[in-house]
Amino acid sequence: MRTGAVFGRPVLRREDSRFLKGEGVYVPDVRLPDAAEAVVKRSPHAHALIRHIDISEAAAAPGVVAVITADDLTDTGVYRPYHKSPPAFANLLQPLEKGHDVPLLAAGRVRRVGEPVALVVAEDRYLAEDAARLIRVDYEPLEPVLDPEAGLRPEAPVIHDELGDNVQSRVGVVVGDPDGAMAAADHTARFGFTIRRQIGSPLGPRAVLARFDPVEGLTVWSATQMQHLARKVIGGILGVAEDRIRVICPDMGGSFGGGVYYEDILIPYLARRVGRPVRWVEDRTENLVNARHARDQVHDVEVGFDSRGRLLALRDRILVDMGIANFYGLVVPYNTISHLKSQYRIDNYEAAATCVITNKTPNAPARGAGRVTAAFVIERVLERVARRLDLDPADVRRVNLIPADAMPFDTGVPYRDGKPSVYDSGDFPAQLEMALEAIDYQEFRARQARLRAEGRHVGIGISAHMEGTGFGPPESAIVRVDGSGAVTILSGSNNHGQSHETTLAQVCADALGVDIETISLRDGDTALIRQGGGTFASRTAVTGSMAVAGAARKLRKKAIKMAAHLHGVEVDGLTVFGGVIRDGAGARITTLAELARTTGDGECTGGRAGLEAMDSFASPTVTWASGTHVVTLEVDRDTGQVELERYVIAHDAGNIINPAVVEGQIVGGVVHGIGNALSEEAVYDEAGNLLSGSFVDYRLPRAIDVPPIEVHHQEFPSGLNDLGIKGCGEGGTVGAPAAIANAVEDALHPLDLRITEMPLQPEKILRYIREAEAASRGQAAGMERW
Amino acid sequence: MTETVQVTLLVNGVEHALAVEPRLILADVLRERMELHSIHLGCEEGICGACTVLLDGEPSTSCLILAVQAEGRSITTLEGLDGDPTMTGLQAAFHENFALQCGFCTPGVLVNLFSLLEDRDPSAPPSEVEVRTRLNGNLCRCTGYQSMVAAAMQAARSGSGHEDP
Repeated sequence: MRTGAVFGRPVLRREDSRFLKGEGVYVPDVRLPDAAEAVVKRSPHAHALIRHIDISEAAAAPGVVAVITADDLTDTGVYRPYHKSPPAFANLLQPLEKGHDVPLLAAGRVRRVGEPVALVVAEDRYLAEDAARLIRVDYEPLEPVLDPEAGLRPEAPVIHDELGDNVQSRVGVVVGDPDGAMAAADHTARFGFTIRRQIGSPLGPRAVLARFDPVEGLTVWSATQMQHLARKVIGGILGVAEDRIRVICPDMGGSFGGGVYYEDILIPYLARRVGRPVRWVEDRTENLVNARHARDQVHDVEVGFDSRGRLLALRDRILVDMGIANFYGLVVPYNTISHLKSQYRIDNYEAAATCVITNKTPNAPARGAGRVTAAFVIERVLERVARRLDLDPADVRRVNLIPADAMPFDTGVPYRDGKPSVYDSGDFPAQLEMALEAIDYQEFRARQARLRAEGRHVGIGISAHMEGTGFGPPESAIVRVDGSGAVTILSGSNNHGQSHETTLAQVCADALGVDIETISLRDGDTALIRQGGGTFASRTAVTGSMAVAGAARKLRKKAIKMAAHLHGVEVDGLTVFGGVIRDGAGARITTLAELARTTGDGECTGGRAGLEAMDSFASPTVTWASGTHVVTLEVDRDTGQVELERYVIAHDAGNIINPAVVEGQIVGGVVHGIGNALSEEAVYDEAGNLLSGSFVDYRLPRAIDVPPIEVHHQEFPSGLNDLGIKGCGEGGTVGAPAAIANAVEDALHPLDLRITEMPLQPEKILRYIREAEAASRGQAAGMERW
Repeated sequence: MTETVQVTLLVNGVEHALAVEPRLILADVLRERMELHSIHLGCEEGICGACTVLLDGEPSTSCLILAVQAEGRSITTLEGLDGDPTMTGLQAAFHENFALQCGFCTPGVLVNLFSLLEDRDPSAPPSEVEVRTRLNGNLCRCTGYQSMVAAAMQAARSGSGHEDP
């Protein structure tokens, strides 16, 4: 279905003009008369009892409208972030999944630093912050649990009494005969990997503005990725019918994982309670401490392989540090399990993950959810196997890659929907060669040898990624034409930088037969459309596009039928192009604009008013996007500093709607992954305080950190939707940390670094260098390593 | 904290006399009192650069400046550069190079790059390293910077409208 005029072209972004003039409207820019400002008073303790809260001084402070604690929340429901697996999956794998309540405001006990304890509403934020400081909370500190291994010990304090212990969930899968294959393998090895905690860090803060009106009900402006889900959760907890709630997500300063937060519920609650609009805008420390964290997994891996480096068996036991709640069930741990085999044929596989509750911020999906860690583990394993056998890492990948003629390929691991994980299309060996050729692998090896002789440490690292994309609930779209010929798409998706105003218009233009200039998109608003899935899981290119295409095709059919009826011609042979309907001989019959102005009778409109149509689409299961990353870099052996030199990624996202937009997603994703690889770490101290609570300490990549990044496209259409699209929003991030870690190891060869951790800040690289130097001295003295 | 101080700010060429609390930051004056919403607050700690303005012509993070410190000084925001040929050239280059995604960092980036390119001879455009070094004053989580660097270099080469028609 690539016959269209604009699908596949680098159409310039139609949303740019307002952003380039600073006229985007983000939640903090929405102005309502008489709005008051809320500030959240948060816990300074990781784990403590609340003996007493004294709000009297705060309540009497200048400009204060209200001070609210848990005692006041007698009229709200319970927030139970329990996301159970679908029955098809649960029946197959029998996971353990336990649920518990999460208080909207801490009641009697705090369980993490940053947990909301009280709310202050005042005339402005300065006054609200003044008053929040006057709230006196008497805490009795308790012992915190700050790592998952400690949380599993029998003597560990139980964080949620309801759970009985600190295990929230557990899931595992076995494919083939891992025990037998491991026992029969020529070589075996065991590795431990630790992937530290990281934070999505959109530049725009989370913000909520709410207004309660007795006639209109509740209107909530929220920086959320999923306005319809937010409406459902708000309605459920506040006891308001969904049709009396409108959730609007206007422009949004990026989002890389999210969901529905306490503040999405508490701010509407406050607006209703104080009887005037209430606004809340977080600051950066609040974001880093409270917005959901990500990664934070410990892996214990065993692998069996032959002398060519073929992986015969792989076993992984995974611990996930969930923080104080798991809002997404098995999404993160099972994404890791189901993506760990990646592009490789590993017939015997066993993986099990345990999610442990700790006194930290909740761990949740963020760009590359569960997959960044999976890619890190499998690619580190392949690299170590190559080193052990003294083989070229590219060759070890070649012998393990699933061949093109095995497509579609069933990995044997069920997906989260309970369906088989079947890689729908692709050519992984060709993708690897494409990336290696682009970076000129052989030339690099020759140059590396020369530079090594000069004492310089340059290295090359390879990794692959797989990504199941297009997951989740249906997406819906309405396409409508008005009497001026203007076409409007109403979508249930949510545009927070992905260029939907351009790409969905491209899909619509071809499917309906109109010029793209006539189309505009509206999304991120529950008032526009009854159902919406939202934008996450690299899904909108798949689900949003298909819903738009479906609605546009229905509308085209309807218009042709109307034209035939009104003008007394046959339906057969009528075409729509440029908004004009012509007969088979090319004669102009009418236009979509004229039809929209016509009050047709019931026969010609099919009984439905207006020139509009709606459709929904859910992907039957995920479509599998893939990529191969190759990076070159130089390590300063004295300082541990890494300087990236070149980055190449060859990827397959099926048919591409707009190559420039896809390239932007990939390059932006890679740079997110560079931060994950080298500098971004949420560090807690032994009392459970987040030490990296500002952008000084939580270091995002900057322009000078980023090398030239080249993107090479493969296009293997998905067989799961008739546009042939796969998602592409996260893959760039998924493969980057693994490729970079491999390249760091390669750069220091023949010094035998054993990188087991990400991110790799300079001090960690220096530590690995010291360890490798000590081991090399030990080996010289006859000691075995590994 | 209700005591106020009288300040005069020259914002986008217009003089404003205001009574402000000494603790009020310039970014809040621009956003809340003057509705200049191109000022975005991404970190309020001088790292992200989304609130960048020109203070007497120099790029500065308006989140780290108290309104009283800006007394008598000239403040230029993206709104104040609307229609300027250098800025128009930069904006066009950003559009053509897909150099923005969510748009949140964009105004601060444009103001910062404007100060790099303003009055610059197009035959001696900045090097890529110079552009990247300048962009260290701005965080972007969406684009990965590459498209921004390309846009800035394109604008510099084309003289950002400085060439006579």
